[in-house]
Amino acid sequence: MDGPVVPVSHVRAAGQRDRLRLALTVNGEDRDLVVASYKTLLEVLREDLALTGTKHGCELGECGACAVLLDGELVLSCLVAAVECEGRSVTSVEGLREGPRLHALQTAFADHGAAQCGYCTPGMLLAAKSLLDRNADPSRDQIAEALSGQICRCTGYLQIFEAVEAAGCALRGERPPAPQLPRVRGDHGEG
Amino acid sequence: MAKGDREFGVLGKPLRRVDAVGKVTGETRFADDLAMPGMLHMKLVRSPLPHAKIRGIDARKALAVDGVRAVLTGEMFPIPFGILPVSQDEHALCPDKVRFVGDPVAAVVATEELIAEEAARLVEVDYEPLATIGSPEEALAHAEPRIQDHGDAGNIHKMVALDFGDVPAAIAGADLVVEDCFFYQGNTHLALEQHATLAYLGTDGRLTIASSTQTPHYLHRAAAKVLGWPASRIRIIAPPQGGGFGGKTDPFNHEIVAAKAVLITGRPVKIALTREEVFYCHRGRHPVLMRMRTGVTKEGRIVGHSVETLLDGGAYGSYGVASTFYTGALETVTYKIDRYQFRGCRTFTNKPPCGPKRGHGTPQPRFGFEVQIDKFCDRLGLDPAQWRIDQAVPADSLTANWLKVRTIGLVPCVEAVVEASGWKSRFRKLPRGRGLGIAASSYLCGAGLPIYWNEMPHSGVQLLLDRSGGVTAFCGASEVGQGSDNVLAVCVAEVLGIDILDVKVVTGDTSLGPVDLGSYSSRVTLMMGNAAVEAAQRARDRLAEAVGKRLDLAIERVGFAGGRVFDVGDPDRGMAFADAVQLAETAGGTVGTVGSYTPPRAPGKFKGAGVGPSPSYSYSAAVVEVAVDEATGVVDVVKIWVAHDIGRALNPVLVRGQVEGSVYMGLGEALMEEQAFRRLPPRLSRALVHQTPSMLEYKSLASRDMPEIESILIENPEPNGPFGAKEVGQGPLLPIPPAVANAVYDAVRVRVDEVPITPDKVLAALRAASKRVGPDAFPAVPWPEPLIVPPPWEGGDGNAINEPRRRDKSAGGPQRGAAPEGRDRRAEGRDRPEEAAKP
Repeated sequence: MDGPVVPVSHVRAAGQRDRLRLALTVNGEDRDLVVASYKTLLEVLREDLALTGTKHGCELGECGACAVLLDGELVLSCLVAAVECEGRSVTSVEGLREGPRLHALQTAFADHGAAQCGYCTPGMLLAAKSLLDRNADPSRDQIAEALSGQICRCTGYLQIFEAVEAAGCALRGERPPAPQLPRVRGDHGEG
Repeated sequence: MAKGDREFGVLGKPLRRVDAVGKVTGETRFADDLAMPGMLHMKLVRSPLPHAKIRGIDARKALAVDGVRAVLTGEMFPIPFGILPVSQDEHALCPDKVRFVGDPVAAVVATEELIAEEAARLVEVDYEPLATIGSPEEALAHAEPRIQDHGDAGNIHKMVALDFGDVPAAIAGADLVVEDCFFYQGNTHLALEQHATLAYLGTDGRLTIASSTQTPHYLHRAAAKVLGWPASRIRIIAPPQGGGFGGKTDPFNHEIVAAKAVLITGRPVKIALTREEVFYCHRGRHPVLMRMRTGVTKEGRIVGHSVETLLDGGAYGSYGVASTFYTGALETVTYKIDRYQFRGCRTFTNKPPCGPKRGHGTPQPRFGFEVQIDKFCDRLGLDPAQWRIDQAVPADSLTANWLKVRTIGLVPCVEAVVEASGWKSRFRKLPRGRGLGIAASSYLCGAGLPIYWNEMPHSGVQLLLDRSGGVTAFCGASEVGQGSDNVLAVCVAEVLGIDILDVKVVTGDTSLGPVDLGSYSSRVTLMMGNAAVEAAQRARDRLAEAVGKRLDLAIERVGFAGGRVFDVGDPDRGMAFADAVQLAETAGGTVGTVGSYTPPRAPGKFKGAGVGPSPSYSYSAAVVEVAVDEATGVVDVVKIWVAHDIGRALNPVLVRGQVEGSVYMGLGEALMEEQAFRRLPPRLSRALVHQTPSMLEYKSLASRDMPEIESILIENPEPNGPFGAKEVGQGPLLPIPPAVANAVYDAVRVRVDEVPITPDKVLAALRAASKRVGPDAFPAVPWPEPLIVPPPWEGGDGNAINEPRRRDKSAGGPQRGAAPEGRDRRAEGRDRPEEAAKP
C-alpha cells in the first residue's frame, strides 16, 4: 500500500488524548471549557461551543472563512491553537449583533447583496469590522486590501465593497447610500 | 396577473432577500453546521493510484482502533449509480477497481473525526496497478486498458455527429473560410463550502440524508436505488449551500456511504470533505480541445459553421453525455448560421470526473466561436460589434439545429455595451498595450427535458394560507446562494399582494415539498417561478371568490395589493389579507393550492435533439478593456461593461449580484483558474495528481484583482418566464473569456487561442513568429456516420433523414409520422441524451 502507515500503537482513543482546560471570553461571555488539546480555536468554537456561524473552507489558512477577532485582532481561527486562547477574548459573527439590532455591517451586507450564499460572510464581516475599527473612513483600495485574505466565490466582491462603505457611513453617523442598482434598459416601456 | 394592469408590489424592488438575516448573523445552518447527539464521524479511504485493480482490503487494524465502529467496503454496494440513466457507472465504494486518484475504496466510521482519519490510514488495500490514460489523445490512441466497460468504443465515452445541412458544400462556396483550433482548460467550482453530509434515521423511521446537494431529488433516487431502501422512507434535506456552481449536482459517494453507515451502526453519521477531497471529487469544467471551420460571405454572413470538440471527461460518466452535446448545442442561438455541423467526443481518462460547471459545456465552444468571429471580422474589415448586431438571430425563429428562439435581447445587449464602453471611438484606436474586446453569448433558462425520462412537471410549488395571513410556500428547490428562496417568496407575494416576509419558504426537503429537479441549468427562476405563480393564482382565485361574494363583486374586480383584498374600483372597500383568507377558509375549508411547470415541447425530433431546447434563452454581451504589459505578459483587466437580457428583473440587487458573480468567475477562467494534472514519476506509480489542490495554489481572483464592472440589464419580458423573467446565474459568465482574448489582441495584436490566458502564454505569443499561442491540430477521431437533419429552411421536419426509425413499443408500431407527438417521444425517447448514448 502506498502512503504512510501509522502503527496501531500510535493511535489512541479520544479518552486517552490530552485534555485542556481553557478559560476564555467569547462574544463578551466568560467560558470555562475542557477541550481536546489538539483543537484549533475554530474547532472549539464550532464543536465545543456550537457556535457554527464561523465557517471553514480549507482549514489551512487559505480562504479566510474562519476569520474571527482575537483580542480585537483579525485571526484565522483554523490556524490558532485553542491553547493559545487562554484568558483571551474572541469575537465571532454571533457577537456582532447588538441585542435584537443588527450591526451596521450586517445591515449593509443584507441590503447591498453582499451575502449571496453567505458562507464567506461571517469571516468577511469580521475582516471588515477589523478595518472599520482601525479606519472609520477607508478608501475603496483600503477595503479591497483589508478583504484580500477573504475568498468569495459568489459576488465578485463589488457589492461587498459597497456594503463596507455603506456601513462605514452608518457608523460615522452619516446617511448610508442606497444599494446600487444596475442600469435597466427596456423595450417594453417600463424599464 | 396580467402584465401592466397595476404597479408591482414587491417585484423589481431592491428588497433585502428573505434569507439575508440568517446569512449575516451566521445563523443559517449549512450541512456541516448540523450535528446530532451520538453522532459518528466518517472518513473515506481514497485511492492513491490513478488506475488499479483492488486485490484485497484488510481492515483489521482499523477495526481494532478504539472508537472505530465500522469499516465499509465496496462489496456492500453492488448496485451502481450515476446522474444520467445511461451512465450508471459509479459505486459508492469501488468494489474491484479504482479509476482516479481519490476514488474511494473504503469508509471508516468512528466516534471522533480524528479517530476515523487515523484509522482510515490503517486500512490496507492491495492494488494491482494498471496502465493509465492521461489525456484525450492517449484515450483515442489506446483502447486498452478500458477505464469503463461502457461507452462508444475503447476509452471513448461518447461520440456525437450531427449535420444540419451540407456544411462542406456551403463552406466551399464561401468568400472566406477560417479554421482555428482552440483549447479551454478545465477548472473547478471552488465553492467555499466543502461538501458535507449528515445522515440519520429520523424518529419517523425515515432514512434522512441532510447534504450539500443542488439536486435533492436526484440524490433521493440514487440513494433509494443503491441502498435498496424504499424511496418513500428516504428523506433528503438540502440545507442552504455555501455555493454550488454545478459542483454539487451529482449524487456523491460520501452521501450514499454515510446513509449506509447509519443502517449499519444505527447512529447518525457525519462526513465533511476536506478541501483536497473536494478538488478530487471535482465534476467541474471539462477541458475541451476544439476545431472550428467557418465559411462567411464578404458581408459576414455565416453560410457554414463546423465545430469539433474533444472533451477530457475524467474517469466516470457523470453528466458527460449531456456535456458533450452542450459543446455544440447552443452554438446556433446567437447568430444566423445557414448550415451547421457538430462533432463531439468525450473520452475517459484516469482523472477526477468532469461534469457541469456554470454554463455547462457552452463556455468552451463559445470562447472559440467568439474569438473566431473576431478574427474573420478583422480580415473582412468588419466591426465585430456591428457584426453581432447585424447577424443576430431574429426573435421567434428556429435555428439550423431546430432550437426555438423566442425573445432575444442580443442586439440591445450589444448596443448597450458598445455605447457604455465608447466602443466606436476606442476600438482599434487605443495606444499599444491597451485594448478593447467584445463577445456575446446565450444560455438556457432550464433544460427542456429532465435527466431521467418522465412526463411529470419539472417543478412544483404548494401553498398553505393560514388564518394569520401568513403563507407557507413548499418547494423542493435547493438554495445554493443564488437567491431561489427569494424568487419563490417574490413570485407568491406579488400575486397575492402581500409582503415577501409574510411568505415562509420551505425548500430543499423531499419530504416537505413537491419535486423541483434541482439548481442546475439555470432553471429555477423560470420553472419554480412559473409553478409558484400558478399556485398563487389559484389561491388568489379562492380568496377572490370568497371576497367577491362578501362584497358583492365580480371576481375580476377583486384586487390584491399592500396586504389587502379590495374592490379595484373603490380600493377603500375591502379587507385585510388575513380576513380574506378566513373568509375563504370559512367558505371552502383549508386554503391550500398547488402549481407546477412543464416546459414546452421542442421542435427537434432527431436523436440528440433533447439537449439544447429551453423554454427561453438569455443573452449577454460584454466589452472588456485590458492593459497588457509586454515585458511581463501580465493582462490587467481595467474595466468590464456587461449587459444581460434578463427578461424582467425580479430583484435588481440580486440580479446584479448574479451578473457580477458570473463575470468574476468568467474572468477567473479567462486569466488563471486551472484544474490541471501532472504525472508523478514512475517510482510513484505515474499517478495523475492535481497540480494545485489547495485554495492558495489554485488561483482565483481575490478582492484586489476585481476590475470595475458596469452592469446593464435589458428588460424585454419573456412570455414563458414568470412575470417575464429569464435566467441570470450562468449566462453572463460566457462572454467574458472570449472578450478578454479579443481585448488582448486589440492591445498587442497577438492571439492566445486558449484559456487561461496566463502571462507566459502572452509572452510566448509576443515572441512567436505567428503571434499566436494555442493548439495547432485536432487529433483523428473515428466519428460515426452523422445524423443528417436538414435545417428548417431546407425543408426539414426536425427528423434526421438517415436515422433508422424505431418501432413504437407501446402501441405496436404505428409509423413515426402518424404517432401523436407526445407518445412518439415517450415511446422512442429520441431526444433523450441518455437514450442517444446507448450503444
